[in-house]
Amino acid sequence: MNILEINDLRIGFTIHGFARDVVKGVDFRIPAGRTVALVGESGSGKSVISQAIMGLLPRAGAVTGGSILFRDPQEKGAVIDIATLPAEGKEIRDLRGGRIGMIFQEPMSSLSPVHTIGNQIEEALQLHRPMPKPEARALIEAMLKRVGFKDPARAYDFYSFELSGGLRQRAMLAMALICQPALLIADEPTTALDVTIQAQVLDLMRDLQAEMGMAILLITHDLGVVANMADEVVVIYHGEIMESGSAEDIFRRPQHPYLKALLKASPHFDMQEGERLVALREARPRAPATPKPAPAPQSRDQRAPLLAVRNVHKTYTTHSSRFFGKGTTSTVTAVNDVSFDIERGECLGLVGESGCGKTTLSKVIMRAVTPDSGQIRFDDGKDCVDILSLQGEELRRFRPKLQMIFQDPVSSLSPRMTVMNILREPLVIHERGDGAEQTARVKALMDDVGLDQRFLSRYPHSFSGGQRQRIGIARALALDPELIICDEPVSALDVSVQAQILNLLKDLQAERGLTFLFISHNLAVVNYMADRIAVMANGRIVELAPRHTLFTAPVHPYTKALLKSVPFADLDRKLDFKLAAPGGASDTRHWPASFKPDPEGEALAHLDLGAGHLVLAKPGADVRELA
Amino acid sequence: MLLSYIFKRILVMIPTLFITSVLIFTVINLPEGDYFETMVAEMQAQGEKADMSRVEFLKKEYGFDKPPVERYFWWVTGLLRGDMGYSFEYQLPVRDVVGDRLLLTMIVSFFTIIFTWIVAFPIGIYSATHQYSWGDYGLTFIGLLGLAVPHFLLALIFLYFANIWFGTSIGGLVDPQYLNQPMSWAKFKSVLEHLWIPVIIIGAGGTAGMIRKLRANLLDELQKQYYVTARAKGLPPGKALRKYPLRMALNFFISDIGDILPSIVSGAEIVAIVLSLQTTGPLLIRALQSQDMYLAGSFLMFLSFLTVIGVLISDIALAILDPRIRLQGTATK
Repeated sequence: MNILEINDLRIGFTIHGFARDVVKGVDFRIPAGRTVALVGESGSGKSVISQAIMGLLPRAGAVTGGSILFRDPQEKGAVIDIATLPAEGKEIRDLRGGRIGMIFQEPMSSLSPVHTIGNQIEEALQLHRPMPKPEARALIEAMLKRVGFKDPARAYDFYSFELSGGLRQRAMLAMALICQPALLIADEPTTALDVTIQAQVLDLMRDLQAEMGMAILLITHDLGVVANMADEVVVIYHGEIMESGSAEDIFRRPQHPYLKALLKASPHFDMQEGERLVALREARPRAPATPKPAPAPQSRDQRAPLLAVRNVHKTYTTHSSRFFGKGTTSTVTAVNDVSFDIERGECLGLVGESGCGKTTLSKVIMRAVTPDSGQIRFDDGKDCVDILSLQGEELRRFRPKLQMIFQDPVSSLSPRMTVMNILREPLVIHERGDGAEQTARVKALMDDVGLDQRFLSRYPHSFSGGQRQRIGIARALALDPELIICDEPVSALDVSVQAQILNLLKDLQAERGLTFLFISHNLAVVNYMADRIAVMANGRIVELAPRHTLFTAPVHPYTKALLKSVPFADLDRKLDFKLAAPGGASDTRHWPASFKPDPEGEALAHLDLGAGHLVLAKPGADVRELA
Repeated sequence: MLLSYIFKRILVMIPTLFITSVLIFTVINLPEGDYFETMVAEMQAQGEKADMSRVEFLKKEYGFDKPPVERYFWWVTGLLRGDMGYSFEYQLPVRDVVGDRLLLTMIVSFFTIIFTWIVAFPIGIYSATHQYSWGDYGLTFIGLLGLAVPHFLLALIFLYFANIWFGTSIGGLVDPQYLNQPMSWAKFKSVLEHLWIPVIIIGAGGTAGMIRKLRANLLDELQKQYYVTARAKGLPPGKALRKYPLRMALNFFISDIGDILPSIVSGAEIVAIVLSLQTTGPLLIRALQSQDMYLAGSFLMFLSFLTVIGVLISDIALAILDPRIRLQGTATK
């Protein structure tokens, strides 16, 4: 039996008087108790369909044709056409939250910060199943326990900002499922979470589905998640369904070129050396960038690394002044004794879960945050400087050698500056050439990153996310830096655009001989970009190895857990969900004794396993055996 | 913890008020001369003979022959004892000059604030939930008119039309026979009859400002994911709006209390002059013009005291209402 049947659904948006169809005649169905994945890029209309099912379309949008038939398994034979229900009527409100639950991508913003978790869950419960307060409380605590809260009685009174991202998404699940809905709509439920937490939340969703027998509509762009979760797959592109069928059919026998292209555009671990990602839509061709002006004759040892980071420490002191309780001061070690080298011309990947200290480390290198101790030597072949001791004019003259590409292409460009101004600003600050030379340089930069020179007088808002990230890259290139720090440069982009940007970065690196520090939480992306990879956990580098070694022979338990948590877009390699530790991979309690930091015992040290493979463990431990 | 927080905040108020008092005293004493010299000059200009011996006596009596620092301490210690000094112009203690007017001012301001809230809240909510509708545009237009037209002009227009249409003079706050009478039921009724015009005029600008602020805040909150979550639970739109976005939009409202308290007392000076209201505004302006230093200084100190208290109240209210302020720690870099 099908819980939901969508027939020839059309949804139109009217913006500034222009009507536009965003969903153009979509058909699919969701069988009871099964998981259907709706896959597509952003702007494909997948979220709009879920809003239509909930009756929560934005004011500008409306269902213009077709039907959404909901068959409640509790009331045999009754069929409701959601598309015809009045938008704020009682019927649709009874379905929402009662029979159809929904969870969203951003667990931080989907919960109200000024109401307790328990209050928000109870509201949903009382709305659809009124009951006396103590009974409701018992039910909610049972639900909180079920979704993984260790102390549900206390969790009831927590506020969302007191919880980690994973726990917030669990609370959202508890809220969506408290009324035992027949259908759960999950809109990118794990996109904002770390891989190990993602594995846990997906696992929880599968267990709850088995217990409650609900159907799941999983909306995602991640084919790895789809392969591990879905029974049926619907692929949507520009409001039209490209292909649909069982997961078996879709992954083993993809028919439509769009789906094949989608599979090729996402980086994965099995890529051959030198294999390139194939972007869905090839970006406009660009001529190879002009190589960097030849460096001055080398007087010093050529083999010295470009950047040598030694024993960097950074702690933050947090003073939590609870209003009605005792104030406590706690010290968080964000970066703990970190040392590594970046060789000239290489790309060093830095991976780790959120909160592991990788962004703090990048800020320390950029001199945006002052570390407690440590040394960072920068050697560009001409002179060798300690970045941390630079002051005033020296620091200003050093800045051009080190540039950064940011994660969010929207907020990292000033909305009040034209592209010309954005790209010229670094040249003006560092007094490079006169006006005409600067303009010529800016035009050359636009060519280098594959953007049309005619765009120069436009403002950032008129560009897509991928184009904006190209502008960000051009800005970083403007001063001919020696080293570029890329902080999650593609994590805000769609799969297809991601492939274009990654290819662009690779090409630029080859053409101009750039050196990258590439920070990401996405292992597949790092695998595609990096020559060597450093894995960071709890402020320390736990493993550092050449790319191939790290992926084929990881030694540290944290690296292993990370690798095991990455979902593959392959039905034959499903995730082992149960492997993930309860507190995430960085929970040291689950690491074997040889890797566990021990305040009393010997300090951990980096053991050299040969061929540039370092791992953080107890000195003398036979880590090879453990591996 | 809350108590110790309040205690700390009150301790911080001491240096704040001290600096304010120094500033007020300095600014008032900056212009050449003092009240007595102004008075003598005025009398001589009118061809009268000033009683110089009396002026000398008064100067000595109030310490004007002493250095400013000494006079400052004399003034401040008086304030600490609750003695606001003596008004030369009215030849009365400041407390008696301000007393009656303070009460009337508070009545006007209180009703103005209530008027502002009652009008601004529903309109702000309507504008935000019906963004870009004709209703939103119309109400926004009227609100902006209220914001853009100067108050004294509005007051003149009201005076004119009230006289033509109702045949009444609406100047003043009470009928003349109740002036300087103790508060009675009849006087109170007379005040209420006169009250509505100044309340509307003074409230017009504030209302428009508050509508815009509430609309902008609410529009921001309506975009937030947690509002979608609330509706996805099946909450009716009105209830969802009240519990979540409106609650969040209230924060700015509470932090406004700090500004409201002093404005309750100072009133709208210029409107008060045009409408000849017996509030404290005109008094303050006159006192500053004639360098009636104890009246002006003590009154300004009173206003600063209310400002500091208002900020304290809004901070405490915010901390109680918003768990993020109450529970989240502050990080030091």
